[in-house]
Amino acid sequence: MKEGNFITTTLESFIGWARKYSVFQYPFVTACCGMEYMSAAASRFDIDRFGAGLTRFTPRQADVLFVVGTISHKLAPVLRKVYDQMTEPKWVVAFGTCTITGGLYDNYAAVQGIDSIIPVDIYIPGCPPRPETVLDGLMKLQEKIQKEKQKWSLRK
Amino acid sequence: MVIEEIAEKYNLKKIEAADEIPSFYCTRDSITDILSEFHKHFEILLDITAVDYLGKRDKRFEVVYLLLSIKNRTRLRLKVPLDEGEKIPSASSLWKNANWLEREVYDMFGIEFEGHPDLRRILLYPEFEGHPLRKDYPLKKSQPRIKLLRPERE
Amino acid sequence: MERMLLNIGPSHPAMHGTIQIKVELDGERVIRADVEIGYLHRGFEKTAENRTYMQVIPYTDRLNYVSPILNNLAYAMAVEKLLGIDVPPRAKWLRMIFGEISRITDHLTCIAPIGMELGAFTVFLYMIKAREFLWDILDATTGARLTTSYVRIGGVKADVPDNFEELLKEALREVRKAVKDVHGLLSNNPIFLKRTRDIAVVSQAEALSYGFTGPVLRSTGFYYDVRKTFPYLYYDEVEFDVPLGERGDNYDRYMVRMKEIEQSIRIIEQAFKKIEKGPVRTEDEVVEAYEAIEASHRGKYLDGKLKLSPNLEGMEKDLYDQIMAKVPRYILPPKEDLYRTMEGMIKHFKLIMSGHGLRPPTGEVYVPVEGGNGELGFYIVSDGGDRPYRLHLRAPVFSIMSALGKMIEGHYVADVIPTFASINMIGGELDR
Repeated sequence: MKEGNFITTTLESFIGWARKYSVFQYPFVTACCGMEYMSAAASRFDIDRFGAGLTRFTPRQADVLFVVGTISHKLAPVLRKVYDQMTEPKWVVAFGTCTITGGLYDNYAAVQGIDSIIPVDIYIPGCPPRPETVLDGLMKLQEKIQKEKQKWSLRK
Repeated sequence: MVIEEIAEKYNLKKIEAADEIPSFYCTRDSITDILSEFHKHFEILLDITAVDYLGKRDKRFEVVYLLLSIKNRTRLRLKVPLDEGEKIPSASSLWKNANWLEREVYDMFGIEFEGHPDLRRILLYPEFEGHPLRKDYPLKKSQPRIKLLRPERE
Repeated sequence: MERMLLNIGPSHPAMHGTIQIKVELDGERVIRADVEIGYLHRGFEKTAENRTYMQVIPYTDRLNYVSPILNNLAYAMAVEKLLGIDVPPRAKWLRMIFGEISRITDHLTCIAPIGMELGAFTVFLYMIKAREFLWDILDATTGARLTTSYVRIGGVKADVPDNFEELLKEALREVRKAVKDVHGLLSNNPIFLKRTRDIAVVSQAEALSYGFTGPVLRSTGFYYDVRKTFPYLYYDEVEFDVPLGERGDNYDRYMVRMKEIEQSIRIIEQAFKKIEKGPVRTEDEVVEAYEAIEASHRGKYLDGKLKLSPNLEGMEKDLYDQIMAKVPRYILPPKEDLYRTMEGMIKHFKLIMSGHGLRPPTGEVYVPVEGGNGELGFYIVSDGGDRPYRLHLRAPVFSIMSALGKMIEGHYVADVIPTFASINMIGGELDR
């Protein structure tokens, strides 16, 4: 299942463990889903106990881009620029149905799913999703981060 | 009543509305004088909007002004029929929020306001072509600003 | 001295909507500001021209998403005025209670970021904790926390559950505690006073010229509240005050909102006494749905009250007349009739079928209510069909935001975000 020898696979799982429990998020909040994001970050449904409580408000210092709320065509170039400014390794979470497929708004103004602009790792459905769903999505993201393979060879 | 006096003076035609707000038809040439007279009694300009009657009436658009007077406890609605391509004088010298309200009507319908200090799009981006709330603009025709990685609707 | 152009971009750390403010700076002072909006334009007005009157209700939830019931209320009242139907009294009291609950969540969600952006993170946590208790009530009654679609055309969706009184008392207790704690933390705090007093002062004449309404206008000292000037529902039968400010600066806008929360709690308590009897259910025997279906296959009709699924709780037939108007031409029949009788199914089908549904007479209407930010109203033009010909929302925040460029001139860059926070801009309402 895993390539490489014993030392690199253990090192990979250690790096995955360290990364998944210290997620620095960048919340790109636009619309109603932002209210449920605020609830998930506050005291009742604490996102801090998963290690993801620290919001870095600049893309240069963030690992995970949470795209929360409808993206319109006017805002699409800004989202692409923010994604390009993030440094590797980076992951993207699409929060809410408006970011997955455009949601209720099937018209000239809304982008019908942000995976036509940037590559997405985890999709959290709901309009808006309950905070328990958000925490479930975060746990799936953590599993994905744990399993990620690193490129160890020095040759390109 | 103030409204009846001014309506008499300019000979405005009254309309019956379901919400019992006094409504009148005005013409494009007299709208500036009428609004200046009403400005002394109505403190707040609530709204400027437009309706597109493509194919149903001879004059295609109708610009609707909604005013509020708090000391007389009444509202007022003024409607101005306009043809396509006709311009209407701006109200931004009387009420300051008319600036943004008229920009929105221009953005959505393409109606131009003369004397407006800064008439440009407000809710959509400058590269957008056309005016979405007109009846001949299709609902789903989108104009993406950046190159999309997959076709929009599969 | 060279001037610098700074872009406070559409994606910014403040907890409010997406907006772009381009400021021209001289050192740290703002000389000129240009505000650009429209980053959340979702095409609501054009979409509403392609949906039937009942299908527009979920779209209205997402306009001012912190107080969704007030938007539903404005839309439902406008369509009812056009149709000319009247709502039963219990439904009006329920609309008042839930409308005021929505107003409290609006103000709580506005004050939380005001504290957080000035560095007081505890204020954010206290306010959001209080908001969770109110959302528990909405969850138990309507089924959703945020996008409720509770107020329907002709009445409300469902009656309150049986444990409504304890939920309400606990929520109001938590809200009072949170407001008291935040008063102690912020209202006399020298740092807060220094950062918000005399910043972005708006005079009364200017406020009226810019079309301000709502708490922002009342903070300048001008008395205008739609609930007192043009009363609707039962607001003329309950007692409440309308708090006014003095100077129209950031501190007054914060204080007016804190006092309005207390007044809303007063209204809810008085309105709750009027419906204290609870839903009046009849004492028939309850029949399960599968038993009724099996009996109908054998040709028998089982008498008794049909037990509906949990998400239809509160809409049973014996409660239906108290919460929905009795106008069969425009209002859906109760669910028991739909499931058991042929006439009920035909009536329901005709109201939902496209081309045949709710068709108001030709005309236009504008009915305002007091929203969380000011006077909120829907302007609907109908041509006799089942879809609105033109639907326009009078957004209170649009006129207020047109003054933001003028309000921050002459102040420091650090004052831009707190001023913007005190206006309570909601992107869904501003950009529609």
